Formats: sequence, C-alpha cells, structure tokens
Amino acid sequence: MSQVQDLPIDQDYKYGFETDVEQDIMPPGLDEDVIRNISAKKGEPEWLTEYRLAAYAAWLEMTEPHWAHLKYTPIDYKAISYFAVPKRVVLDSLDDLDPEIKATFDKLGIPLDEQKMLAGVAVDAVFDSVSVATTFRAKLLEQGVIFMSISEAVHEYPEMVKKYLGSVIPVRDNFFAALNAAVFTDGTFVYIPPGTRCPMELSTYFRINARGTGQFERTLIIADKGSYVSYLEGCTAPMRDENQLHAACVELVALEDAVIKYSTVQNWYPGNKDGVGGIYNFVTKRGKCLGNRSKISWTQVETGSAVTWKYPSCLLIGDDSVGEFYSVAVTNNHQQADTGTKMIHLGKNTKSTIVSKGISAGKSTQSYRGLVQINPKATGARNHTQCDSLLIGDLCGAHTFPTVDVRNNDSQVEHEATTSSIGEDQLFYCRQRGLSEEDAVALIVNGFCKDVFRELPMEFAIEATKLLAVTLEGAVG
Amino acid sequence: MIHISDLKANIGETPILKGLSLDIEPGTVHAIMGPNAAGKSTLSKVVAGHEDYDVKSGDITLNGESIMELSAEERAQKGIFMSFQYPVAIPGISTAYFVRTAVNAVRTANGEEEMDAVTFLKTARERMKWVGMDKALLNRPLNVGFSGGEKKRNEIFQLAMLEPQFAILDETDSGLDIDALRTVADGVNKMRDPKRSFLVITHYQRLLDYLKPDVVHVLVDGRIVYTGGFELVHTLEEHGYGWAEEQIKNGEPVCPPGAEA
Repeated sequence: MSQVQDLPIDQDYKYGFETDVEQDIMPPGLDEDVIRNISAKKGEPEWLTEYRLAAYAAWLEMTEPHWAHLKYTPIDYKAISYFAVPKRVVLDSLDDLDPEIKATFDKLGIPLDEQKMLAGVAVDAVFDSVSVATTFRAKLLEQGVIFMSISEAVHEYPEMVKKYLGSVIPVRDNFFAALNAAVFTDGTFVYIPPGTRCPMELSTYFRINARGTGQFERTLIIADKGSYVSYLEGCTAPMRDENQLHAACVELVALEDAVIKYSTVQNWYPGNKDGVGGIYNFVTKRGKCLGNRSKISWTQVETGSAVTWKYPSCLLIGDDSVGEFYSVAVTNNHQQADTGTKMIHLGKNTKSTIVSKGISAGKSTQSYRGLVQINPKATGARNHTQCDSLLIGDLCGAHTFPTVDVRNNDSQVEHEATTSSIGEDQLFYCRQRGLSEEDAVALIVNGFCKDVFRELPMEFAIEATKLLAVTLEGAVG
Repeated sequence: MIHISDLKANIGETPILKGLSLDIEPGTVHAIMGPNAAGKSTLSKVVAGHEDYDVKSGDITLNGESIMELSAEERAQKGIFMSFQYPVAIPGISTAYFVRTAVNAVRTANGEEEMDAVTFLKTARERMKWVGMDKALLNRPLNVGFSGGEKKRNEIFQLAMLEPQFAILDETDSGLDIDALRTVADGVNKMRDPKRSFLVITHYQRLLDYLKPDVVHVLVDGRIVYTGGFELVHTLEEHGYGWAEEQIKNGEPVCPPGAEA
C-alpha cells in the first residue's frame, strides 16, 4: 500500500493529514456475522440487531443505483472494513480522550474543550465509526435538550430511537440507505422538547481517518411541538489515493410548529488534480414535516468529495408546513456531483422553496436533479425553484434534471433556471479596479452564492466563503 | 506622466493601432476624438492591460517606467484607471462592498493601511454627491438594474474613490442626458489636480465643453494624425473627420479646415 506522504497530493486541501492512533478495525467484508459483531460490540438491544439484519437482507436484493449522471470505479463492498474504532475511547470525560484524537480536532479548528469553543456551539465529534466527544451535553440537558451520540441514545432513550429510526428513511428506501441501516456505527441524536428554542447551535463534525474503511453514520433529529433547532455538520478526511465510501443517513422529524434548520459544510477530500482518490459521498437525507405549520430548511455547501450523490428532501405532511433547500455545490478538477432535492407536498397549503447554485470548474461535472411533487390532497401548495449554474472555463459540464409532478388544479409551481459563465469582461473589469484574477473569481462566485450563504449561521458563512476560494484556486488562467 | 511611443497592436491578425504616440503631462486633460473604428477604445484597453490585444511593438511608460509587462491589476494598483464604456454587473455583490474591496486592493498593493468601513462609508457618501449618485445604490448589487446614467455615474464615483494618477474616460458621455452629463463633468472637474491627468475619449463636443481639455488629438486609422488645442473640438464638430481621411489618402500633411498648414 502506498504511503500518504508519497502521493502527488493536492496541497490546497489543508485537512489531508492522517492521525496515528491505535484502532480496533474489523477485517474487510460484510455478512450477517459482521453485523452481529458490530451490534454486539455496541451492546445493542435485540430489536436493533434484528433491524440491522433485516436491512442487510433487503440490501442483498438491491442493486447499486446508476441513474445519476456520474462515472466512478465500482465499489468493492467486500474490500471495505465496516467498523473502525480508536482503542482509547472514553465517553465519560473529555480529559480521558486520546490526546492524538483531541489534537486532530484541534488541528481541524474544532477544539473539544468546552471553554475554548465558539460561544454558543455544541459539538458531537465523530472519528471514523464512533462518536468520541459531545460537548455541552449537561448544559443542554438542563433545558431538556438531548444531544448525544446515537449509540448512547439507543441505551438511554430506546423508545424514542425505536419509534423514529427508519421512520423517515425506510430500510428499503434505496441501496445506500439499506447498507447504512445494516452497518451504521454512530452519529448524532437530538431531541428538542416542546416549546423549547435550543439555546445553542448544535453541530457534528465527521472525520474519516482509518484507511480502507467506510463511514456510515446515522443522524436522527426530532423537534417536538413548537421547538426550534439549528444544526450544522462539517466533515473532512485525509488525502489518499484510494476512494473511501461515506454512506450516511440523516432523518429529521418536525412536529407541530417546530422548525429544524439543518446546514452542511461538506469538505471531504476531493481527490487530487488528476482525479485520483477522494471520498464517494453517497448520502440520504430526508426530513418529515409531520406537524401542521412545521418547517424544515436544508442548507448545504458542497465543496469536497470525488463523487457526490445527495438529495436532501422534505416530506410536507402537515398542513401549512414549509420545506426549503438552499444549496451551493462547487466542483473543480475531476470532481462529480449529482445533487438536488425532493419536495413532496402532501398537506394543504404546503410551501417549498428551492435555491440551487452550481459552480463547475476544471474538468468537473455537475448535475442538479430535483423533484417537486404536489399530491392530490395538497391543495393550495406552492413551490418556487431557482436553479442557477455558473461555469468557469470550457472543459466542465453543468446539467439540470428538474421533474415537476402536479396532481391537483389548485397549486402554483414556478421554475427558473439560468446558466452563465464568468465573463472575460467581468474579470477584466475587476482587475482594472486592482483585484487579482483569483480575488475577482472569488468575488463573482460569492455574489452568485449570496442567496444561499445568507441562510448559513454567521461564522459558517465566513468559513464557506473561504472554502469556496480554496476549491476554486487555479480554476482560471 | 504617461508616455506612449510608436504603439502597434492587433486583434488577432488585424492591426488596429499602427504606430500611435502620445505624451500626457501631469495635471493635464487630453481628449481623443476620431471616427468609429479608428482605435479609440483599443487604445484605452491596451493602456489598461487587456489581454485580448496583441501588442506588436512600442512602449507605454508611467512616470518613466514601462508598464508593458504589468498585468491589468498591477497597472490599476499603480494608479491607472479606466472608466468603462459598458460597465459590467456583478450580481450579489453590493456596490459598497465592491468599491471598498477595490480601494483596499490598491491600498494594500501600495503598502498602505486598508480603509476601514466607517471612513469608507463617510468618504463614499461625500463623493457620490460629486457625481449626483443616489446613495441607495451603495447597497444594491453592482450595476444590476442600474440605468445607463447610473452606471456612468458609478464609474466616475469609483474614479473619485480610487484617486488614480491617470484616468481614461472611454465614452463616458454615451447614454447620459444633458443634465447628467453636466453633473458627471462637474465630478471629473472636482478630481482635477496638478498630479493627476485625464484622457477623455469621445465622439461629441458636449462633454469637452464642460471639461475644457488642454490638448485635443485626432485619431484616424490607428494613429494620432493631428494635435491641437480646445478650438479643434469645434472644428471637428463642424467638419467631421472626412477632411483628415482625405488628406491622408492623398498623402498630404494633415491640416484642419481653417487652420494654417
């Protein structure tokens, strides 16, 4: 196996380091025994083992989907190790955390010491297959907010996990979701009690470290009646010449009048300039607006991964419920992204907004894929879709695959789409005013993404702006 | 200040500038007039450093140093400004943010402190008044949905903020009504300074009536064929450029009607 430091790596990816930490890794391959083993190692109740096995049986009958506009080397599911845990995981106190892991998160700009943290942000840190630290738990619990790893929630709040796990994304939903249900190892669990506004931003930071492994996390967020939560996830991985699989599931449930705002800054290793290595990001994210007047808002900034397959969606079940999807996806070099959303209108007077901004540079390919479905009972439903593509250079591609399916006569659907390129005249104008070419590109791209960035929490909007500039470095000229 | 000698430039294979020479001293306003396709806009873009033009020979110096090897942004940072005939729009970026970014890019390149937000806003509001620009435009995306007149005022406002040594006004008068033209000209006149010079490119007399250039050049077929004082503006307004083209064709020395050979 080649060494990380020998690779022709992309110096612009500053999160590409590897942490040397003693790990408990299962041998590659997947069968019922591996699943029983994972479940046993986590000391799971019987029902969850059965849930996993049922998912595995379903998965065996399914085939990997290939309808997306993506090309990638086939995944050898037998070559992946499905469980990698640092040996020294202690969940009782942050002080007992392996110093190497702590240092890793420090280096990523996510200090796990509560006193050093960004004011008002609580973090769950997931390292390979396991949650290694969750900050501000006690403080949040004072207000009834449950914020912990899903492994712990299985033991502490089994009824709640049992009730909602798989209730938004059924086991048989799709190939990757079935795989996730069979082998998921950790992730975050959040519950916000009725009428509570979560006093801080909650976030999970995902880090893939071990070689030859996949990451399969599961996140479950439940916002009870009249509550509010803003949640953010970030992710990075070392630079490697192998492709690693990340197949996560995120389920959101919003009850009456509840609001969930879910933001993602996805910065998995994208592979090098020649398209070698990088993460396969095959993720299923879905939210259920179960209660009347509930609202789920997805905001995503996708800059990393070699291949992205991701459609955060909303099931608008409650009357007057609202779904939103704000997305910026940037691809450079050989990256590929097929991303978009599904808005399924089921309740009366439901409303959805889709704003998608795709930026393609280098030899990358990007597709927006969306479904707006207005069902017969969803009278008075409204959707507005704005879908813009920006091309940098003439070797990249942008595609749009919108589907609109309206099944009543009382709804209103609008779809606007534009494709533009960064004009030579725009660049010259900026440069004539003293801006370098790269600053000019960053400025124009930021302007293009503004409608999405303003949906992000303040400090993450700044982070996203910087990430965009790094991703597009060298894209022009 | 700006010295252009024997400049030859092509677009692709087509020669546009065919040996153009020009000297502009500090504190002066020069005007260039000429028929369509004579090379007026090409001259401004070549001076500003546009890469679509293939410079075959000649030199351009600013304060004695050649700028030929400098990029467009380096030229801008050294104090060369061009007011565009067709300013571009940048959606999502407010005028205030854009102009402040530009001001600070130039300042940083020159080792100066960045202008803070408070000083910027105060200075911007004052200088927008110079060109009669509505201050609400500061918060709107740059040139998005601006009228032709607002775009031109915005160009001169940026000139006032960037305080260049040398400014080229490329057809700043096009698209401006008579009142706007006067306001914009007043703005330019406020910027006149013994250390700053201007090159005004135009088809029309009107703007020049307000700006009162010290020197007027006639540009025909890629060369400066005649240079005179402000009175030349009226000769050109009255007689056009046909006489010059005719004299060049016949190999005669170029001499405007009514002037002594």
